[in-house]
Amino acid sequence: MGVASLLLPDRSHEAIPPPMDSQTPSAATPTQPSPIEGEGVRPRPTELDLFLGFLSASVRGFGGVFVMGRRMLVEERRWLTPEEFLELLGVCQFLPGANIVNLSVAVGQRFRGWKGSLAALAGILGLPAALSVVLAALFLRYASVPQVAHAMGAVAAAAAGLVIGAALKMAEPVFRKDWVLGVPVALLTLGLAAVLRWPLPAVLLSMAGAGTAIAWARRAR
Amino acid sequence: MSNTPSPLAQVAPQFLLLSVLAIGGVNAVTPEIQRQVVDLRHWMSAREFSELFAVAQATPGPNMLIATVVGWRVAGVLGAVVATLCMCGPSSLIVFFVTRAWDRFKGRPWRQIVQNGMAPVVVGLIASSGWILAKGADADWKGMVLTAGGAVLVWRTRLSPLWALGVAAALGVAGVV
Repeated sequence: MGVASLLLPDRSHEAIPPPMDSQTPSAATPTQPSPIEGEGVRPRPTELDLFLGFLSASVRGFGGVFVMGRRMLVEERRWLTPEEFLELLGVCQFLPGANIVNLSVAVGQRFRGWKGSLAALAGILGLPAALSVVLAALFLRYASVPQVAHAMGAVAAAAAGLVIGAALKMAEPVFRKDWVLGVPVALLTLGLAAVLRWPLPAVLLSMAGAGTAIAWARRAR
Repeated sequence: MSNTPSPLAQVAPQFLLLSVLAIGGVNAVTPEIQRQVVDLRHWMSAREFSELFAVAQATPGPNMLIATVVGWRVAGVLGAVVATLCMCGPSSLIVFFVTRAWDRFKGRPWRQIVQNGMAPVVVGLIASSGWILAKGADADWKGMVLTAGGAVLVWRTRLSPLWALGVAAALGVAGVV
Protein backbone atom coordinates (compact mmCIF):
# COMPACT_ATOMS: atom_id res chain seq x y z
CA MET A 1 0.00 0.00 0.00
CA GLY A 2 1.24 3.45 -0.78
CA VAL A 3 1.69 5.92 2.00
CA ALA A 4 1.35 8.76 -0.43
CA SER A 5 -2.18 7.71 -1.24
CA LEU A 6 -3.08 7.79 2.42
CA LEU A 7 -1.68 11.19 3.15
CA LEU A 8 -4.14 12.84 0.81
CA PRO A 9 -7.91 13.05 0.94
CA ASP A 10 -9.57 10.17 -0.84
CA ARG A 11 -11.39 11.59 -3.81
CA SER A 12 -12.23 8.28 -5.39
CA HIS A 13 -15.86 8.86 -4.45
CA GLU A 14 -16.08 11.86 -6.75
CA ALA A 15 -17.99 10.58 -9.72
CA ILE A 16 -17.14 13.21 -12.28
CA PRO A 17 -13.52 13.66 -13.26
CA PRO A 18 -12.26 17.19 -13.75
CA PRO A 19 -12.32 18.54 -17.31
CA MET A 20 -9.57 17.23 -19.52
CA ASP A 21 -6.41 19.25 -19.66
CA SER A 22 -6.53 21.40 -22.78
CA GLN A 23 -2.91 20.68 -23.57
CA THR A 24 -3.34 16.95 -23.70
CA PRO A 25 -0.82 15.60 -26.18
CA SER A 26 -3.40 13.54 -28.03
CA ALA A 27 -4.02 16.52 -30.25
CA ALA A 28 -0.34 16.79 -31.09
CA THR A 29 0.26 13.13 -31.94
CA PRO A 30 -3.05 11.74 -33.05
CA THR A 31 -1.77 9.08 -35.44
CA GLN A 32 0.96 7.55 -33.30
CA PRO A 33 0.03 3.98 -32.47
CA SER A 34 0.07 3.13 -28.79
CA PRO A 35 2.78 0.74 -27.64
CA ILE A 36 0.32 -0.82 -25.20
CA GLU A 37 -1.30 -3.92 -26.63
CA GLY A 38 -1.44 -2.12 -29.96
CA GLU A 39 -4.93 -0.87 -29.26
CA GLY A 40 -5.97 1.91 -31.63
CA VAL A 41 -5.28 5.57 -31.25
CA ARG A 42 -3.72 6.50 -27.93
CA PRO A 43 -1.51 9.45 -27.21
CA ARG A 44 2.15 8.50 -27.07
CA PRO A 45 3.82 11.21 -25.01
CA THR A 46 7.23 12.54 -25.95
CA GLU A 47 10.03 12.96 -23.41
CA LEU A 48 8.99 16.59 -22.98
CA ASP A 49 5.35 15.58 -22.43
CA LEU A 50 6.47 13.10 -19.77
CA PHE A 51 8.62 15.69 -18.04
CA LEU A 52 5.87 18.32 -18.04
CA GLY A 53 3.14 15.87 -17.05
CA PHE A 54 4.98 14.58 -14.01
CA LEU A 55 6.16 18.08 -13.14
CA SER A 56 2.56 19.30 -13.10
CA ALA A 57 1.56 16.42 -10.83
CA SER A 58 4.49 16.90 -8.45
CA VAL A 59 3.98 20.62 -7.79
CA ARG A 60 0.29 20.07 -7.07
CA GLY A 61 0.96 17.13 -4.76
CA PHE A 62 1.08 18.37 -1.20
CA GLY A 63 1.77 15.57 1.25
CA GLY A 64 2.45 13.06 -1.51
CA VAL A 65 1.86 13.07 -5.22
CA PHE A 66 -0.17 9.92 -5.51
CA VAL A 67 -3.63 11.43 -6.01
CA MET A 68 -2.41 14.07 -8.43
CA GLY A 69 -0.35 11.47 -10.27
CA ARG A 70 -3.41 9.38 -10.90
CA ARG A 71 -5.43 12.39 -12.00
CA MET A 72 -2.73 13.45 -14.42
CA LEU A 73 -2.08 9.97 -15.86
CA VAL A 74 -5.62 8.65 -16.10
CA GLU A 75 -7.96 11.62 -16.30
CA GLU A 76 -6.10 14.58 -17.72
CA ARG A 77 -3.59 13.14 -20.16
CA ARG A 78 -5.04 9.65 -20.54
CA TRP A 79 -1.69 7.96 -20.87
CA LEU A 80 -3.06 5.01 -18.87
CA THR A 81 -6.50 3.48 -18.47
CA PRO A 82 -7.69 3.04 -14.85
CA GLU A 83 -6.92 -0.68 -15.14
CA GLU A 84 -3.42 -0.11 -16.50
CA PHE A 85 -2.84 2.40 -13.72
CA LEU A 86 -3.82 -0.09 -11.02
CA GLU A 87 -1.70 -2.85 -12.48
CA LEU A 88 1.37 -0.67 -12.85
CA LEU A 89 0.85 0.68 -9.34
CA GLY A 90 0.70 -2.88 -7.99
CA VAL A 91 4.09 -3.59 -9.52
CA CYS A 92 5.53 -0.33 -8.16
CA GLN A 93 4.28 -1.03 -4.62
CA PHE A 94 5.90 -4.44 -4.75
CA LEU A 95 9.30 -2.89 -5.49
CA PRO A 96 11.49 -0.64 -3.31
CA GLY A 97 11.22 3.14 -3.67
CA ALA A 98 8.57 5.83 -3.42
CA ASN A 99 5.46 4.68 -5.28
CA ILE A 100 5.05 7.77 -7.39
CA VAL A 101 8.74 7.88 -8.28
CA ASN A 102 8.55 4.24 -9.34
CA LEU A 103 5.41 4.97 -11.32
CA SER A 104 7.15 7.78 -13.20
CA VAL A 105 10.00 5.43 -14.15
CA ALA A 106 7.55 2.75 -15.27
CA VAL A 107 5.39 5.11 -17.34
CA GLY A 108 8.42 6.76 -18.91
CA GLN A 109 9.87 3.36 -19.76
CA ARG A 110 6.61 2.23 -21.31
CA PHE A 111 6.39 5.11 -23.76
CA ARG A 112 9.96 6.23 -24.42
CA GLY A 113 12.38 3.69 -22.89
CA TRP A 114 15.17 4.91 -20.65
CA LYS A 115 14.96 8.46 -21.98
CA GLY A 116 11.32 8.54 -21.02
CA SER A 117 12.13 7.25 -17.54
CA LEU A 118 14.76 9.93 -17.03
CA ALA A 119 12.42 12.67 -18.30
CA ALA A 120 9.59 11.53 -16.02
CA LEU A 121 11.96 11.23 -13.04
CA ALA A 122 13.28 14.73 -13.62
CA GLY A 123 9.71 15.97 -13.77
CA ILE A 124 8.56 14.30 -10.58
CA LEU A 125 11.69 15.10 -8.53
CA GLY A 126 13.48 18.18 -9.81
CA LEU A 127 11.36 21.07 -8.64
CA PRO A 128 10.16 19.50 -5.35
CA ALA A 129 13.74 18.64 -4.39
CA ALA A 130 14.88 22.22 -5.05
CA LEU A 131 11.88 23.59 -3.16
CA SER A 132 12.50 21.36 -0.14
CA VAL A 133 16.09 22.61 0.11
CA VAL A 134 14.95 26.25 -0.08
CA LEU A 135 12.35 25.64 2.63
CA ALA A 136 14.84 23.80 4.85
CA ALA A 137 17.37 26.62 4.41
CA LEU A 138 14.75 29.23 5.28
CA PHE A 139 13.74 27.22 8.32
CA LEU A 140 17.30 26.83 9.65
CA ARG A 141 18.06 30.49 8.96
CA TYR A 142 15.13 31.68 11.06
CA ALA A 143 15.17 28.85 13.59
CA SER A 144 16.35 31.25 16.29
CA VAL A 145 13.22 33.40 15.94
CA PRO A 146 11.00 32.10 18.77
CA GLN A 147 7.82 32.08 16.70
CA VAL A 148 9.50 30.11 13.92
CA ALA A 149 10.98 27.65 16.40
CA HIS A 150 7.62 27.16 18.06
CA ALA A 151 5.82 26.80 14.75
CA MET A 152 8.31 24.24 13.42
CA GLY A 153 8.19 22.24 16.63
CA ALA A 154 4.42 22.15 16.37
CA VAL A 155 4.46 21.28 12.67
CA ALA A 156 6.96 18.48 13.34
CA ALA A 157 4.67 17.03 16.01
CA ALA A 158 1.71 17.14 13.64
CA ALA A 159 3.76 15.68 10.76
CA ALA A 160 4.73 12.73 12.96
CA GLY A 161 1.02 12.27 13.59
CA LEU A 162 0.34 12.16 9.84
CA VAL A 163 2.71 9.22 9.52
CA ILE A 164 1.09 7.43 12.47
CA GLY A 165 -2.33 8.05 10.90
CA ALA A 166 -1.11 6.61 7.61
CA ALA A 167 0.15 3.51 9.43
CA LEU A 168 -3.21 3.08 11.18
CA LYS A 169 -5.07 3.48 7.91
CA MET A 170 -2.82 0.94 6.21
CA ALA A 171 -3.15 -1.44 9.14
CA GLU A 172 -6.95 -1.68 8.93
CA PRO A 173 -7.30 -3.68 5.69
CA VAL A 174 -4.18 -5.73 6.44
CA PHE A 175 -5.45 -6.72 9.88
CA ARG A 176 -8.97 -7.34 8.64
CA LYS A 177 -7.73 -9.61 5.87
CA ASP A 178 -5.77 -11.86 8.24
CA TRP A 179 -5.15 -10.60 11.75
CA VAL A 180 -3.37 -13.75 12.89
CA LEU A 181 -0.68 -12.93 10.35
CA GLY A 182 -0.97 -9.15 10.42
CA VAL A 183 -1.04 -8.10 14.08
CA PRO A 184 1.96 -10.03 15.45
CA VAL A 185 4.14 -9.35 12.41
CA ALA A 186 3.34 -5.62 12.41
CA LEU A 187 3.87 -5.27 16.18
CA LEU A 188 7.09 -7.26 16.15
CA THR A 189 8.39 -5.11 13.28
CA LEU A 190 7.50 -1.99 15.25
CA GLY A 191 9.30 -3.34 18.32
CA LEU A 192 12.46 -4.24 16.42
CA ALA A 193 12.66 -1.05 14.34
CA ALA A 194 11.36 1.60 16.76
CA VAL A 195 12.08 0.26 20.26
CA LEU A 196 15.15 -1.96 19.88
CA ARG A 197 16.41 0.14 16.93
CA TRP A 198 17.70 -2.79 14.93
CA PRO A 199 19.35 -1.85 11.63
CA LEU A 200 16.82 -1.97 8.80
CA PRO A 201 18.48 -4.81 6.83
CA ALA A 202 18.20 -7.02 9.92
CA VAL A 203 14.56 -6.01 10.50
CA LEU A 204 13.65 -6.57 6.85
CA LEU A 205 15.43 -9.91 6.54
CA SER A 206 13.93 -11.41 9.68
CA MET A 207 10.43 -9.95 9.41
CA ALA A 208 10.01 -10.37 5.65
CA GLY A 209 11.09 -13.97 6.15
CA ALA A 210 8.74 -14.51 9.07
CA GLY A 211 5.82 -12.72 7.38
CA THR A 212 6.19 -14.61 4.13
CA ALA A 213 6.57 -17.94 5.96
CA ILE A 214 3.37 -17.31 7.95
CA ALA A 215 1.55 -16.13 4.83
CA TRP A 216 2.67 -19.31 3.05
CA ALA A 217 1.53 -21.49 5.95
CA ARG A 218 -1.84 -19.73 5.98
CA ARG A 219 -2.41 -19.58 2.21
CA ALA A 220 -5.89 -20.51 1.04
CA ARG A 221 -6.51 -24.25 0.78
CA MET B 1 38.91 13.94 12.63
CA SER B 2 40.63 14.81 9.36
CA ASN B 3 40.98 11.19 8.31
CA THR B 4 37.28 10.36 8.68
CA PRO B 5 35.38 10.39 5.39
CA SER B 6 33.28 13.46 4.67
CA PRO B 7 29.60 13.28 5.63
CA LEU B 8 28.73 13.05 1.95
CA ALA B 9 31.00 10.04 1.44
CA GLN B 10 29.31 8.41 4.40
CA VAL B 11 25.77 9.28 3.46
CA ALA B 12 25.89 8.35 -0.23
CA PRO B 13 26.47 4.58 0.14
CA GLN B 14 23.93 4.54 2.95
CA PHE B 15 21.22 6.00 0.72
CA LEU B 16 22.18 3.68 -2.14
CA LEU B 17 21.55 0.73 0.17
CA LEU B 18 18.36 2.20 1.62
CA SER B 19 17.03 2.76 -1.90
CA VAL B 20 17.04 -0.99 -2.48
CA LEU B 21 15.52 -1.65 0.96
CA ALA B 22 12.72 0.94 0.66
CA ILE B 23 9.92 -1.57 0.16
CA GLY B 24 6.79 0.26 1.23
CA GLY B 25 8.25 3.63 0.26
CA VAL B 26 10.73 5.99 1.78
CA ASN B 27 8.71 6.37 4.99
CA ALA B 28 9.59 2.74 5.70
CA VAL B 29 13.30 3.61 5.76
CA THR B 30 12.89 6.87 7.70
CA PRO B 31 13.65 5.07 11.01
CA GLU B 32 16.93 3.84 9.52
CA ILE B 33 17.86 7.30 8.15
CA GLN B 34 17.18 8.71 11.61
CA ARG B 35 19.23 5.97 13.30
CA GLN B 36 22.15 6.74 10.99
CA VAL B 37 22.20 10.53 11.17
CA VAL B 38 21.03 11.00 14.79
CA ASP B 39 22.01 7.92 16.83
CA LEU B 40 25.16 6.74 15.06
CA ARG B 41 26.76 9.86 13.55
CA HIS B 42 25.27 12.61 15.73
CA TRP B 43 24.91 15.02 12.83
CA MET B 44 21.70 16.45 14.28
CA SER B 45 19.36 16.06 17.23
CA ALA B 46 16.25 13.90 17.13
CA ARG B 47 14.21 17.10 17.32
CA GLU B 48 15.94 18.64 14.33
CA PHE B 49 15.43 15.45 12.35
CA SER B 50 11.71 15.55 13.10
CA GLU B 51 11.61 19.21 12.06
CA LEU B 52 13.43 18.54 8.79
CA PHE B 53 11.00 15.72 8.17
CA ALA B 54 8.19 18.22 8.64
CA VAL B 55 9.82 20.55 6.09
CA ALA B 56 10.01 17.68 3.60
CA GLN B 57 6.41 16.77 4.34
CA ALA B 58 5.24 20.35 3.82
CA THR B 59 6.95 20.58 0.42
CA PRO B 60 4.81 19.49 -2.52
CA GLY B 61 6.29 16.42 -4.16
CA PRO B 62 7.14 12.77 -3.52
CA ASN B 63 7.56 11.51 0.05
CA MET B 64 11.24 10.86 -0.52
CA LEU B 65 12.20 14.50 0.01
CA ILE B 66 13.39 13.65 3.53
CA ALA B 67 16.47 12.17 1.83
CA THR B 68 17.03 15.40 -0.12
CA VAL B 69 16.73 17.56 2.98
CA VAL B 70 18.99 15.33 5.11
CA GLY B 71 21.58 15.33 2.30
CA TRP B 72 21.44 19.11 2.19
CA ARG B 73 21.76 19.42 5.95
CA VAL B 74 24.89 17.27 6.18
CA ALA B 75 26.65 18.29 2.95
CA GLY B 76 25.01 21.32 1.33
CA VAL B 77 23.47 21.55 -2.12
CA LEU B 78 25.80 18.87 -3.51
CA GLY B 79 24.68 16.66 -0.63
CA ALA B 80 21.04 17.25 -1.57
CA VAL B 81 21.67 16.27 -5.18
CA VAL B 82 23.74 13.21 -4.27
CA ALA B 83 21.28 12.03 -1.60
CA THR B 84 18.33 12.41 -3.99
CA LEU B 85 20.08 10.52 -6.78
CA CYS B 86 21.32 7.80 -4.43
CA MET B 87 17.89 7.40 -2.85
CA CYS B 88 16.01 6.98 -6.15
CA GLY B 89 18.74 5.58 -8.42
CA PRO B 90 18.91 1.87 -7.51
CA SER B 91 15.16 1.55 -6.93
CA SER B 92 14.47 3.25 -10.26
CA LEU B 93 16.81 0.87 -12.05
CA ILE B 94 14.98 -2.06 -10.47
CA VAL B 95 11.60 -0.63 -11.50
CA PHE B 96 12.88 0.01 -15.01
CA PHE B 97 13.95 -3.58 -15.59
CA VAL B 98 11.18 -5.27 -13.64
CA THR B 99 8.36 -3.38 -15.37
CA ARG B 100 9.85 -4.49 -18.69
CA ALA B 101 9.71 -8.11 -17.57
CA TRP B 102 6.72 -8.03 -15.23
CA ASP B 103 4.18 -9.78 -17.43
CA ARG B 104 6.07 -13.02 -16.96
CA PHE B 105 5.37 -13.01 -13.19
CA LYS B 106 1.71 -12.14 -13.53
CA GLY B 107 -0.53 -14.59 -11.75
CA ARG B 108 2.27 -16.56 -10.12
CA PRO B 109 1.01 -17.68 -6.69
CA TRP B 110 4.27 -16.80 -4.89
CA ARG B 111 3.68 -13.18 -5.79
CA GLN B 112 0.50 -13.02 -3.74
CA ILE B 113 2.04 -14.89 -0.79
CA VAL B 114 5.06 -12.57 -0.64
CA GLN B 115 2.73 -9.59 -0.92
CA ASN B 116 0.56 -10.86 1.96
CA GLY B 117 3.60 -11.54 4.10
CA MET B 118 5.19 -8.17 3.44
CA ALA B 119 2.09 -6.03 4.04
CA PRO B 120 2.20 -6.17 7.88
CA VAL B 121 5.98 -5.62 7.84
CA VAL B 122 5.42 -2.41 5.88
CA VAL B 123 2.70 -1.38 8.33
CA GLY B 124 5.12 -1.95 11.23
CA LEU B 125 7.88 0.03 9.53
CA ILE B 126 5.62 3.02 8.79
CA ALA B 127 4.37 2.90 12.40
CA SER B 128 8.02 2.88 13.55
CA SER B 129 8.64 5.93 11.43
CA GLY B 130 5.76 7.79 13.11
CA TRP B 131 6.86 6.60 16.55
CA ILE B 132 10.45 7.78 16.12
CA LEU B 133 9.46 11.12 14.60
CA ALA B 134 6.98 11.74 17.42
CA LYS B 135 9.60 10.88 20.03
CA GLY B 136 11.91 13.48 18.50
CA ALA B 137 9.24 16.14 18.09
CA ASP B 138 7.04 15.86 21.16
CA ALA B 139 8.64 17.81 23.98
CA ASP B 140 5.51 17.86 26.17
CA TRP B 141 1.85 16.89 26.28
CA LYS B 142 0.92 19.66 23.85
CA GLY B 143 3.13 18.07 21.22
CA MET B 144 1.51 14.72 21.86
CA VAL B 145 -1.92 16.29 21.36
CA LEU B 146 -0.78 17.70 18.00
CA THR B 147 0.61 14.30 17.01
CA ALA B 148 -2.63 12.59 17.99
CA GLY B 149 -4.59 15.22 16.06
CA GLY B 150 -2.54 14.66 12.92
CA ALA B 151 -2.95 10.90 13.24
CA VAL B 152 -6.72 11.12 13.63
CA LEU B 153 -7.00 13.53 10.70
CA VAL B 154 -5.27 11.12 8.34
CA TRP B 155 -6.84 8.00 9.80
CA ARG B 156 -10.42 9.15 10.19
CA THR B 157 -11.07 12.06 7.82
CA ARG B 158 -10.63 12.92 4.18
CA LEU B 159 -9.17 16.35 4.89
CA SER B 160 -5.88 17.27 3.30
CA PRO B 161 -2.92 16.70 5.67
CA LEU B 162 -1.96 20.30 5.03
CA TRP B 163 -4.71 21.28 7.47
CA ALA B 164 -2.91 19.55 10.32
CA LEU B 165 0.40 21.19 9.40
CA GLY B 166 -1.23 24.62 8.95
CA VAL B 167 -3.17 24.54 12.22
CA ALA B 168 -0.05 23.36 14.07
CA ALA B 169 2.02 26.18 12.54
CA ALA B 170 -0.62 28.76 13.51
CA LEU B 171 -0.76 27.47 17.09
CA GLY B 172 3.03 27.56 17.25
CA VAL B 173 3.28 31.15 15.98
CA ALA B 174 0.56 32.21 18.39
CA GLY B 175 2.60 30.72 21.22
CA VAL B 176 -0.12 28.30 22.26
CA VAL B 177 2.20 25.29 21.93
